[in-house]
Amino acid sequence: MKFVDEFRDPEVITKTSEEIRRLAHPNRHYRIMEVCGGHTHAIYRFGLKDLLPSNIELIHGPGCPVCVLPMGRIDDGLSIAQQPDVIFAAFGDMMRVPGTQGSPLEHKARGMDVRIVYSPSDALKLARTNPDKHVMFFAIGFETTAPSTALTLGRAKTQGIHNFSVFCNHVTIIPAIRAILDSPDMRIDAFIGPGHVSTVIGCRPYEWIAKNENKPVAVSGFEPLDILQSIVMVLRQLKADEARIENQYKRVVPWEGNRAALRAMADVFELRPYFEWRGLGFISQSALRIRESYAEWDAEQRFHIPGVRVTDPKAAQCGEVLKGVLKPHQCKLFSKECTPEHPIGALMVSSEGSCAAYFNYEHRKTAMVTSIASVA
Amino acid sequence: MNLAAADSPGDHLPTVRFREPQIEMAHGAGGKASRRLVEGLFAPLLFSSSSEPLGDAAHLDFGGTRIAITTDSFVVKPLTFPGGSIGELAVNGTVNDLAVSGARAEAMVVTYVLEAGLPSPVLEAEVRAMGNAARKAGVTIAGGDTKVVEHGKADSMYITTTGIGRPLHRLNIDPRSVRPGDRILLSGPIGDHGITILLARGELDLEADLRSDTRSILPLVEELVKVAAPGIRWMRDPTRGGVATSLNELVRDCGFGVVLQEEMIPLHDAVRGACELLGLDPLHIANEGQFLAVVSPEYADAALNALSLAPGGEDAQIIGEVREQPSGAVLVTTRYGGSRIVDMLVGDPLPRIC
Repeated sequence: MKFVDEFRDPEVITKTSEEIRRLAHPNRHYRIMEVCGGHTHAIYRFGLKDLLPSNIELIHGPGCPVCVLPMGRIDDGLSIAQQPDVIFAAFGDMMRVPGTQGSPLEHKARGMDVRIVYSPSDALKLARTNPDKHVMFFAIGFETTAPSTALTLGRAKTQGIHNFSVFCNHVTIIPAIRAILDSPDMRIDAFIGPGHVSTVIGCRPYEWIAKNENKPVAVSGFEPLDILQSIVMVLRQLKADEARIENQYKRVVPWEGNRAALRAMADVFELRPYFEWRGLGFISQSALRIRESYAEWDAEQRFHIPGVRVTDPKAAQCGEVLKGVLKPHQCKLFSKECTPEHPIGALMVSSEGSCAAYFNYEHRKTAMVTSIASVA
Repeated sequence: MNLAAADSPGDHLPTVRFREPQIEMAHGAGGKASRRLVEGLFAPLLFSSSSEPLGDAAHLDFGGTRIAITTDSFVVKPLTFPGGSIGELAVNGTVNDLAVSGARAEAMVVTYVLEAGLPSPVLEAEVRAMGNAARKAGVTIAGGDTKVVEHGKADSMYITTTGIGRPLHRLNIDPRSVRPGDRILLSGPIGDHGITILLARGELDLEADLRSDTRSILPLVEELVKVAAPGIRWMRDPTRGGVATSLNELVRDCGFGVVLQEEMIPLHDAVRGACELLGLDPLHIANEGQFLAVVSPEYADAALNALSLAPGGEDAQIIGEVREQPSGAVLVTTRYGGSRIVDMLVGDPLPRIC
């Protein structure tokens, strides 16, 4: 497994961790946001906080597509699947996300035809093998997954597959970062930029963060060493009082992005005037919808959608956690009413959600350290 | 309803704590939800007289004769997969549950639930597979039962096996006897079965040269018992929910913590690769031919040695130890100094999307 082992080499990791300690000024507190949920997961999965000095605080960003989806959209998707002969197809991450009447998995247990697929083209295959049913693919994700949805829609059109549609919930990362920076309670020193999204959009779209907001960005891979090196990069910039975009994930991310993928997206999608994000509210031009030329495959145009807005349970503080204002364990419901088994908010569902990651890998560890400290 | 009457002295009402509105797939996945169902509903209503921690098999005493008994159902899909099939699994699963409870399987009975329309050659192949596996494991199949349900009301075939066994000598398997400093022994590489099944379903366009590890682990357990019987405190075959779930059950039952060294956990590259790609933790993946043992430190080297020399135990490792802290939790440490808590499986493992 050469492709990961070099990025988990203990010797190099120890050296990088020492470098971080050298660069971090002891009298300064650093708040670095990792935008992508994949990074949040990796930080907990590999226990990277153990390798950082205590004055470096990692703030978990909004880059978990399941987490930022408002509950009303899940209800809307499930309402389509309640019509006869409809198969609801979605990624596994969606399956346990609660709607007001339960998650897709709970609907499945009650008899709804719900299928886990691993790609949109699997959903299209499902439509081909079930010609007497209608397959609705519940599409989620940032620019990472949007191109494959676009290509699948293109294929449905050219192959003339009419029993297939997409309920589009694709969102875009840049407006979300802008919303976070515009939020008055946010103080962030630097960003770890999303790796997978950047394989599609490249590094240019982040340049305003350095130019206008004066914050360093390092686009990062997902291995322990990737993330630590990215922290070194932004610390070096902060020390030199600089702000620019660095590409730590050069082995995968081209500076200009993937033009073919961007073209496929542009063919099929257009920007919505506005879209609701959980916790961040309505953000203009922050999501994609299917163009008129693909209307036949657009579930929103093909089916009646109730479009009900559902507010999150009052006590749940998903929004504050999503913006990084609160740590997962500071939410009133964390580990009490809201656990991975009985999630109230989506952040507790997806493995990329900061609450689930914190719950699974960290919270008992922290509780343990606290209890040892209180004994001593 | 007269509640006072029900509360009258001597009337011992079992407390049902299971309050979930309906059964979900997770209740059968072997993780937290399964445990809630068993402890909250089955245990209080069916075996409320026992306060023993729940093990893989029950050991009963009939006027001085001790027997072990266990039962297991098999609903695997697809019926056949690289390295095995449902019939073989049904025999080995029950033999192994008895083995890790410290007993040698002697006899079993079999129930088949068949879907009308099942091609006879498919059934014949599985019955043959069961016969072969039983001969290999040295267990007699003493009887059985067959039920057929309408087409579409079951998925091809389900098999239930119930086995009885004779306790092995000089063993005292009890999580409450586990002490800090005890070593965690693992018989071989993990995750082969779960990943093989996942790939055999053909839903992922992934291919790997991988086979299920289904086998009787009794010969390995017997080798271990020969050299380390007084030091063996606990054993478990980490099937559904994987090593993480078994060890979380151990720490709950014994009250201490377990610290694992990630680099010591034996793992085939194909399993590691598939888990990396799919965002799964190998510690949560099912095994059908491995076991975990907690062995006291003075017997640990002899135990590892005996396993490593036995056929099929070459990759055995000591993967960690029992510690006072983190009490009630399983902590995995990495070579580069990071650490994480590994919980029981919640729901079914789901892949990440970005």
